[in-house]
Amino acid sequence: MSERRARTEHHPRWLRPRMSTYWWLRRRRHLTFILRELSSVFVAWFVLYLLLLVRAVNEGAAAYARFLEWSGHPVVLVVNVVALGFVTYHAITWFNLAPKAMVVRLGGRPVPAVLVAGSNYAAWAVVSAALAWLLLGG
Amino acid sequence: MSDTIKMQVARYRPEENAELTFDEYEVPCPREWVVLDGLNHIKDEIDGTLSFRWSCRMGICGSCGMTVNGEPKLTCATFLGDYGSGPVRVEPLANFPVVRDLVVEISDFMRKLTSVKPWIVRDEEKPLSEGEYLQTPAELEAYKQYSMCINCLLCYAACPIYGLEPEFIGPAAIALAQRYNMDTRDEGAAERHDILSEHAGIWGCTFVGECTRVCPKHVDPAGAIQRYKLTAALETVKAFVVPWSAK
Repeated sequence: MSERRARTEHHPRWLRPRMSTYWWLRRRRHLTFILRELSSVFVAWFVLYLLLLVRAVNEGAAAYARFLEWSGHPVVLVVNVVALGFVTYHAITWFNLAPKAMVVRLGGRPVPAVLVAGSNYAAWAVVSAALAWLLLGG
Repeated sequence: MSDTIKMQVARYRPEENAELTFDEYEVPCPREWVVLDGLNHIKDEIDGTLSFRWSCRMGICGSCGMTVNGEPKLTCATFLGDYGSGPVRVEPLANFPVVRDLVVEISDFMRKLTSVKPWIVRDEEKPLSEGEYLQTPAELEAYKQYSMCINCLLCYAACPIYGLEPEFIGPAAIALAQRYNMDTRDEGAAERHDILSEHAGIWGCTFVGECTRVCPKHVDPAGAIQRYKLTAALETVKAFVVPWSAK
């Protein structure tokens, strides 16, 4: 206990119940919060995966083929599917946070939170569609 | 609805027992009775040794915050009838040291609150002869929500970050700092920035969002913290790009 929390002469004794290590399992809201925190590990994994891809492309056709073969390995596939789920969850919580962090005013009136979050989702959809067009159809 | 309801009330009597224990009481349960009425009935009619804080009975003073069936609540605004046939379990607010029964020690919060200077800071006071500092309704609206805070500490009890890291300055103190930062009459934002942008300040918050959910006055401390994160991040970028603008 830090010195700033020291007992005083007025309160010579007190009780400080400690938080259980498993406090986050008791409520669904806390569990979803911890899962959101955990999602950052998978975000880091995707960054690493992207860097490995860039390195493979840089090293030539043979290295790229090896990377693709490694990516097709069942373990890597499962990790990537789980990571995609977590990263999507991370993105959703991020976009839902936007109206909390930004209070947008238009013509002197605050823009409703739904519109602030909605514009983020719309931008997400547009960028995803553009990338899909570029990679698949373009 | 039954005529009475069972209340399980946490007791901490340091001279008798080093642990929290529970006493059970049967109290009347008229439609209009809140948990605080039940506690006052116990104190007046059954067991005068029970200790708890309360004052206004109308959600203004912020004294009667307690944990009711696991949730931080203002006991003056929580109806006994909402708990059906009971029992209603009343415990002290979580995350604070308990000094007796339902009374918690809050000087940690009081210190943190003053550290963010929750008052109007002026570089220079204008002379009285120039009159009041006027504000438009829109300028009032910008901070009014945060000014509704009654320091009841339900947000601290709901915040797992504060429970795990007692150094965290906490939801209400940050919301109240924002209340003054956003006030057009105030010039103290730079002074508050140093405290708020520390690790134990806004960056301690990982946006669990529980503070906003439990706030009985709809202050939205989580929103205040996320907004200030954006402000602080922009300040840092500004200080990096145009270092001569630093205060």
